[in-house]
Amino acid sequence: MIQAAPKLVIEGVSKWFTPARAMVHALDDVSLAVAEGEFVCLIGPSGCGKSTLLDIVAGLTRPDEGRVLADGKQVVGPGQQRLVMFQESALFPWLDAFGNVMFGLKLRTDLTGKERRRIADYYLELVGLKKFKHAHVHELSGGMKQRVALARALAPDPQVLLMDEPFAALDALTRDQLYDDIQRIWMESRKTIVFVTHNVREAVCLGDRVVLMSPSPGRISQVFEIPVPRPRDINDPALGSYAYTIAAAVKGTMARQGAVSE
Amino acid sequence: MKRILVALLFFAALIAVWDLAVRSGRWSAVILPSPVYVAEYIWSALLDGTLMESTWVTMKRLLIGYVAGVIIGLPLGLLTSTSQVLEDTIGALALGLQTLPSVCWVPLALIWFGQTESAMLFVVVMGTVWSVIIATDHGARNIPPIYARAARTMGSEGFHKWTRVILPASLPFLVSGMKQGWAFAWRSLMAAEIYVTILTGFGLGHLLHYGRELNAMEQVIGIMIVIVLIGLLADRLLFSPWERFLHRRWGTNVKAT
Repeated sequence: MIQAAPKLVIEGVSKWFTPARAMVHALDDVSLAVAEGEFVCLIGPSGCGKSTLLDIVAGLTRPDEGRVLADGKQVVGPGQQRLVMFQESALFPWLDAFGNVMFGLKLRTDLTGKERRRIADYYLELVGLKKFKHAHVHELSGGMKQRVALARALAPDPQVLLMDEPFAALDALTRDQLYDDIQRIWMESRKTIVFVTHNVREAVCLGDRVVLMSPSPGRISQVFEIPVPRPRDINDPALGSYAYTIAAAVKGTMARQGAVSE
Repeated sequence: MKRILVALLFFAALIAVWDLAVRSGRWSAVILPSPVYVAEYIWSALLDGTLMESTWVTMKRLLIGYVAGVIIGLPLGLLTSTSQVLEDTIGALALGLQTLPSVCWVPLALIWFGQTESAMLFVVVMGTVWSVIIATDHGARNIPPIYARAARTMGSEGFHKWTRVILPASLPFLVSGMKQGWAFAWRSLMAAEIYVTILTGFGLGHLLHYGRELNAMEQVIGIMIVIVLIGLLADRLLFSPWERFLHRRWGTNVKAT
C-alpha cells in the first residue's frame, strides 16, 4: 500500500542467549519492514522474543545475525532517532517532571536553552501534565509517570518511538485513557511506532498492523492488518472480531509450542 | 516546637538524674563531678580560649583528612563498581581494611611520620577512605539498570552518563556512605589525638587525655560533651540538607504530618 521506502527494515535477525544451563534461541531469522508513520504492534506469549527484537531495533542489543536498517542506515547503537519507552517509567527521581523531559533535549546540541524549555513545556501540555511541571516523580501516579515518560520520549523529536509494554503495569481505566491519548498524539505527530504488548485488545486498538510472534525460537508467525478507522475505542465492537481471530492464533502458537500460558 | 520541648525536657531530666547521683554522695567528686563543675569547666575553657583553639585544631585536621578521604574514595568506589578486576583487588582490600579499627593505624603512622600533622592526617584518611569506597561501590551497583538503559536510548554516554545519571542515581547511597565516612573520620581522629601528642597543635583529644592525667574529671566529661555537640552540629549542617533533598525527591521517609 505504501510506496515510500520503509522507515525501519529488520533483515534476517537472529539472536541467541546463553544463560547458565542452555542456549536459548531467542530470535530466528526475523524480517519485518515498517513504513514511515505506521503503528505496528508486536504481540505474542512471553518468551517469543518481542522485547528482544525491540531492544535490537533500539540498538541496545546487537543481533547475532542479520541487521536493522533505519532510514536505510544500519543500526549500530542507541540513538535519539529511535527512543524507547519501557514498562516502568524509568523516570529519574532526582529530577522533577520538567527536568525529566529536558534530559533528552539537553543532549540535542542544535537547540538553544530557550527552545528546549519551550519544547519541554509543549510536550508536558500535550500529555496533559502542564500543572505537574515541577512535581517530583514519586508524587505522580502510575499513569502520570507514563505520560511524563511519553513526553520525555517525544520531546527530542525521534523518528521512531519504540514502546515496550508501556501500559502493562497500569490499571484498566488509566490504560483506556492512555489509548485515546497515544492515538491522538500519534495522529498529530505521525511518528513511526513499534509497540510491544501481550494484550490482544490493546494491539488491535492501536496497531495498523499486528505482528504475531511465536516462541522458541522467536519467529513471526502471522501478520494481521487492522483496517478500522481512527480514533478507535478499545470497546468498539468492530475491533472485537479482529481481537477474536488474533487471540485464537495466539492460542494456536502456544498450543503448538506446548508453551505454558502466564 | 513541641518536639524541641520534649527533647529539652528529656535532657533536663538526664542532668537532674546525674545531679541527684552526685548529691547522694556515693561516689567521690573526683570520679563523678557535679554537672555544675562540668559546666564551669566548659565556660572557663571557652573564656580562656583553650576550647576554641583545640576545636579549631581538631576540625582542621578532620576536614582536611575527610575531604582527602572522600576525594580518593569516591572515584575508587565508582571504579570498583564497574570493573571486575578492580573489584577483586581494590574492592577486596577496602573490605578488609574497613574492618580494621582505625586506632590500629596509629602505631604505623607514628613510625612512618613521627609525631607530626601528617601522622594525624594519615590516620584520618585511612579511617575514612575504605568506608567511602565501599559505600560508593555499593551505591553504584544498586542503581536500577533501567536508568542506564533509558539514558542510553536518549544518547547519554560516557562522561555525561556518569555525571548526569550514575552519580545522581547513587546519591542516596553516596550520602549515607559519606555520613559513615564522617563518623569513621571523627572516631579515628579522636583515637589518634588521645594516643599521640604532637607539638603542632593540641586538639580536643589531647584535652581529654590531659584531663585524665590530671584527674580532672570535669574536664574529661566537659570535652566529651563538646565532642558530642560537634558531632550533632556536623550532622545538621553537612548531611541534613542532603537527606532532606533526597527524601523530598525520592519520596522516602514520608511521615504523616
